Amino acid sequence: MLETNGLTKRYGRHKVVDNLGFSCGPGEVLGFLGPNGAGKSTTMKMVTGFVAPSAGNAWICGHEIQTDTLAAQRRIGYLPEGAPLYAEMTPLQFLEFVADVRGLSGSERRHRLGEVIALLHLDPVLKQSIDTLSKGFKRRVGLAQAILHDPDVLILDEPTDGLDPNQKHEVRQLIRSMSEEKLIVISTHILEEVDAVCTRAIIIADGRILVDDTPKNLVQQGDGDLDAVFRRVTCGDQNGAEAAS
Amino acid sequence: MSMVIALFRRELRSYFVTPVAYVFIVIFLMLMGTFTFYLGGFYERGQADLRAFFNFHPWLYLFLVPAIAMRLWAEERKTGTVELLMTLPITPLQAVLGKFLAAWAFAGIALVLTFPIWITVNYLGDPDNGTIFAAYIGSFLMAGGFLAIGSCLSAFTRNQVIAFVVSVVVCFGFLLSGFPMVLDMFSGWAPQVVVDGVASLSFLTHFADISRGVIDLRDLVYFALVIGAFLYANTIVLRWKQAD
Repeated sequence: MLETNGLTKRYGRHKVVDNLGFSCGPGEVLGFLGPNGAGKSTTMKMVTGFVAPSAGNAWICGHEIQTDTLAAQRRIGYLPEGAPLYAEMTPLQFLEFVADVRGLSGSERRHRLGEVIALLHLDPVLKQSIDTLSKGFKRRVGLAQAILHDPDVLILDEPTDGLDPNQKHEVRQLIRSMSEEKLIVISTHILEEVDAVCTRAIIIADGRILVDDTPKNLVQQGDGDLDAVFRRVTCGDQNGAEAAS
Repeated sequence: MSMVIALFRRELRSYFVTPVAYVFIVIFLMLMGTFTFYLGGFYERGQADLRAFFNFHPWLYLFLVPAIAMRLWAEERKTGTVELLMTLPITPLQAVLGKFLAAWAFAGIALVLTFPIWITVNYLGDPDNGTIFAAYIGSFLMAGGFLAIGSCLSAFTRNQVIAFVVSVVVCFGFLLSGFPMVLDMFSGWAPQVVVDGVASLSFLTHFADISRGVIDLRDLVYFALVIGAFLYANTIVLRWKQAD
């Protein structure tokens, strides 16, 4: 469903993403972990067709993202980092715009709009301009936009950033409830999130995959402490030991 | 096409939910009136035509059109919404067209709202309305040319001020390319063909031709080519900047 091969992004001499290869399928919730600047967002930008890779390929449901961009993008729902939105629109206008671009029409359009609005509890702010909304609502509008067309592949860059604990919990539940027939990729640096929703975790640093395992195994390796594993893997053994002590 | 329409509607609506549209239209109409009646001597000329009105369009557009165009892509890049837009199933060409057409339609609305001057001249005398209509068409096409240039240049940067300043300079070059100021830069070293080519690029001469009441195919093709070329360049810039 989502496959990358040798995915690389260079800025000048610096490799932000270095020869990344992984594949995943429906039912998986893949957590992308790594320190800031590890290349998580850049990888997501390449997979969704926003940034062209310097080398390598990515396929979405068999569509190569660089050559068959539109077909691939139709299958993806994407929440970019920071959930950028058109601030002067209302959530309703914005979602209607996305529905039009996604080719939804008639009763399907009405149905899907109603469903995502209910799912993300956007009712109270539907007719308020987006720039007056709280961070939590903005994030939820961004999520609503991503799942509006019921995509096969959902790519969420830090979906719970800026949400309060209750909202985080709700979004995680939402992710779990959708995960059965979809492939969901989330990036995060909140480790508990990985344990809470992911079926698989990939830890990257300096653009390379360091660990690809289930959260359960990772927790076991760290004697119940995911933080310790994360530090050990991303900083190297000694630093990790120091940081842990 | 439906993508272009969806984008067009979103863009056009965004002008009117913010004060941008109203401020722009009011300033545009005020300046048009001032120029026509004071600098152009609309009454003093004692002629029933709108020469005094249309003569100032190129100069007003020089500053006002880049002001519309500067936000087209620079703002999207600044707020990050360009990432949202370009990961929707939209081709760069559709995105460029939708935004450009909305801005052009907006400029058209501002232009149409100058109709009181047309009523005035018809009330005072008996003008050649065919010529006036042609001049309106010419003015609209010229606005499209300026907008295409501004749209393309705004894709280079996330800073709207830079987009504005560079657009004004490039538009100024296009406006005056038939004049010694620009031609002298080429006549010293370039062959005559090039100098003639540059001279024929002038917005001013093409607009003057149309506003005399003659809608020549060559002038239409000229504006179509300028718009087409800059919008095509716009898609390339968009892709190129996206790869960064």
